[in-house]
Amino acid sequence: MSDFVSGFWNIYVVGLVLISIIGCAVFLWSQSSAKHVAGQTTGHVWDEDLQEYSNPLPSWWRWMFYITIFFALFYLAMYPGLGTYEGQYKWSSVGQYKGEMQKAEEQYAPIFKKFQSQDIRAVAANSEAKEMGQRLFLTYCAQCHGSDAKGAKGFPNLTDSDWLFGGQPEQIKESILKGRDAMMPAKGVKPDLNGDQIKDLANYVRSMSGLASDSIRAQRGKELFGAACAACHGPEGKGMVGVAPNLSDKVWLYGSSEEVIIETITKGRTNRMPAFGEFLGDAKAHLLAAYVYGLGGGEKAPVAAPAAAPAEAAPAAATAGEPAAAEKK
Amino acid sequence: MQSQATYNYKVVRQFAVMTVIWGIVGMLVGVIIAAQLVWPELNVVEFLSYGRLRPLHTNAVIFAFGGCALFATSYYAVQRTSHAPLFAPGLAAFTFWGWQLVIVLAAVSLPLGITSGKEYAELEWPVDILITLVWVSYAVVFFGTIVKRTVSHIYVANWFFGGFILTVAVLHLVNSAEIPVTLTKSYSAYAGVQDAMIQWWYGHNAVGFFLTAGFLGMMYYFVPKQAGRPVYSYRLSVVHFWALIFTYMWAGPHHLHYTALPDWTQSVGMIFSLILLAPSWGGMINGIMTLSGAWHKLRDDPILKFMITSLSFYGMSTFEGPMMSIKTVNALSHYTDWTVGHVHSGALGWVAMISIGCIYYLLPRLFGKPEMASKKLVEAHFWIATIGIVLYIASMWIAGVMQGLMWRATNPDGTLTYSFVESVKATYPFWTIRLLGGVLFLTGMLIMAYNMFMTIAGGKAVNAPVLQPAAAH
Repeated sequence: MSDFVSGFWNIYVVGLVLISIIGCAVFLWSQSSAKHVAGQTTGHVWDEDLQEYSNPLPSWWRWMFYITIFFALFYLAMYPGLGTYEGQYKWSSVGQYKGEMQKAEEQYAPIFKKFQSQDIRAVAANSEAKEMGQRLFLTYCAQCHGSDAKGAKGFPNLTDSDWLFGGQPEQIKESILKGRDAMMPAKGVKPDLNGDQIKDLANYVRSMSGLASDSIRAQRGKELFGAACAACHGPEGKGMVGVAPNLSDKVWLYGSSEEVIIETITKGRTNRMPAFGEFLGDAKAHLLAAYVYGLGGGEKAPVAAPAAAPAEAAPAAATAGEPAAAEKK
Repeated sequence: MQSQATYNYKVVRQFAVMTVIWGIVGMLVGVIIAAQLVWPELNVVEFLSYGRLRPLHTNAVIFAFGGCALFATSYYAVQRTSHAPLFAPGLAAFTFWGWQLVIVLAAVSLPLGITSGKEYAELEWPVDILITLVWVSYAVVFFGTIVKRTVSHIYVANWFFGGFILTVAVLHLVNSAEIPVTLTKSYSAYAGVQDAMIQWWYGHNAVGFFLTAGFLGMMYYFVPKQAGRPVYSYRLSVVHFWALIFTYMWAGPHHLHYTALPDWTQSVGMIFSLILLAPSWGGMINGIMTLSGAWHKLRDDPILKFMITSLSFYGMSTFEGPMMSIKTVNALSHYTDWTVGHVHSGALGWVAMISIGCIYYLLPRLFGKPEMASKKLVEAHFWIATIGIVLYIASMWIAGVMQGLMWRATNPDGTLTYSFVESVKATYPFWTIRLLGGVLFLTGMLIMAYNMFMTIAGGKAVNAPVLQPAAAH
């Protein structure tokens, strides 16, 4: 064991623990003599009437005490407790964990394995896989994306057709296995933007998706957009998968109010989906990817076009003609 | 000399009255956070959100309510059993005002989010220093009075009070060792699992010494007094005192089962927690058996009812504690509301009930009255509080076992049967029952406050003359 930096501490722990436990027994034994007479007081009186009987220790209580001491010694013989001595049962919490994990692996791995080799689109159409995927989703994903997978502020909705990192089955699986990092720098690529210019930009961004905006400000914002934002979001604000979100659709990760957009531009945004590959393993990630894929993603549900239209099946917001789909939800 | 000298009751009176006031405040905060669990929308502003109020609740009930009760009863008992007035009355007055300042600072700093993040030791370093000053003064007053005693033997209650005062000083100093960075922020002197181990060595001994040894001191003075009977066994009090204070010191690691704490440390914590059963029960036996031959007094003495019920809850929770320290039981109970139920069977059932009984004993004597203004209201308080505790702990037991079983339930494919939020949803009815239990307990405290003010209004502050030790010596 690596708990001790030198052999001294092992001896120290073993000695102290044994002396303490056996000391309890010796102390109890030394106080059990029959000299105490039931019903007599010790003769001391405090505060007018406080006295003590010299009754002996109740024997059932004494035996209960001894039994716990014997149990303690037995436990220390069988389980780790005396320094580096590992106990007769050779039990350890790490050993128990590994044993339980191995047993679970043997018992459950085959259940997941049968789907692992299948195409994700096919798995998505399998009702048994869907049930298992949902259970995994509710355990590992629902905390952020919600029980209904519709997300929340800062956590993407997985049921619509807008995919920040791509909605192809393989792209979804990669998002689960490796996680995703996203960062929008404050004020885009134009760090000298002032507050008024940011407000102009916010109005322009709102106008792109048909939201109410100040047309003069929007016009000024349009001119700034090319310099500050287009490098990532594209000249028409349609974004690019894996780079920047589409600003011209109705899907908003942080909110569409002028106030929130100003906050986004002013402070930038940093977000992360953690990597689950090491924790869940490929088989479970495969099943989860299929479940998420099967959630629909707007009108292009896999049930409608399972493996037939590979390029279109995964609705990626960046591809042409998508805003119309997004509006429907 | 003894004809003119009187006991110092002033500081006892101050602490006794504040026990009731802080009890109401602390339990009200408890009721609020219990309600926030049922109706999360009650978290209106961050200062009054669950995360800020929960440490305020624990600090208020343990250190404000429990602390004031301990100061009041120990100052009263040590003078009377030493047959000498309090040593250093000026310092005793400082302990009162200093302790009230600590409480007020806690009530301000915790809602502001100023915290060291250590459970039951959240207060930041300037308050930690003030606590140290007050505590050292407390020790000087208490042990100074023992030194001044005019009887040769030290009464058993004083061993427990003394053990509690000394140990809490050590616990506070070691666990609060921290490096200040600003006036309101510090970092612990320990890191990683060692910090966790120190924290729970402190945490469990806060239960063992602040909430047990101190209150056993209370029990050893006030139960024989109220029952009018000698303590059942002197020998038992000696054996369980030494066994209790020795064994408690080892029990902390059971709070860290199945964590990064080494296996051997967990095992040692577990076996000493089991050995702790007999020493704990020693106090219960000695308290309850003191009544043997006087059981009829329970019929019409509500104060004695409070005391005996508190000892029953003490026995129950000190049986439950060792059981929960067994690793396989702990695997089910840990992180569930079972723990919350266990704590409250000790905190409400034992600590609060014995304190309430003792304060009811003290108030008439401190204000020159033969008894409380209304005995009927004391009786009503007893029944309302008892029903409140039963509702509280029964609902938390059921909720805790249910949560533990839901969290470990798996489907045939190995996935979890229930997501966490489903266990939260299933707990709502039990949280509602718990809230009702808490409201009842708080109602009892409000009745007590009314009774207290009526008693004070009809009486006047008196200081009893110092008594000569009994001639039997």
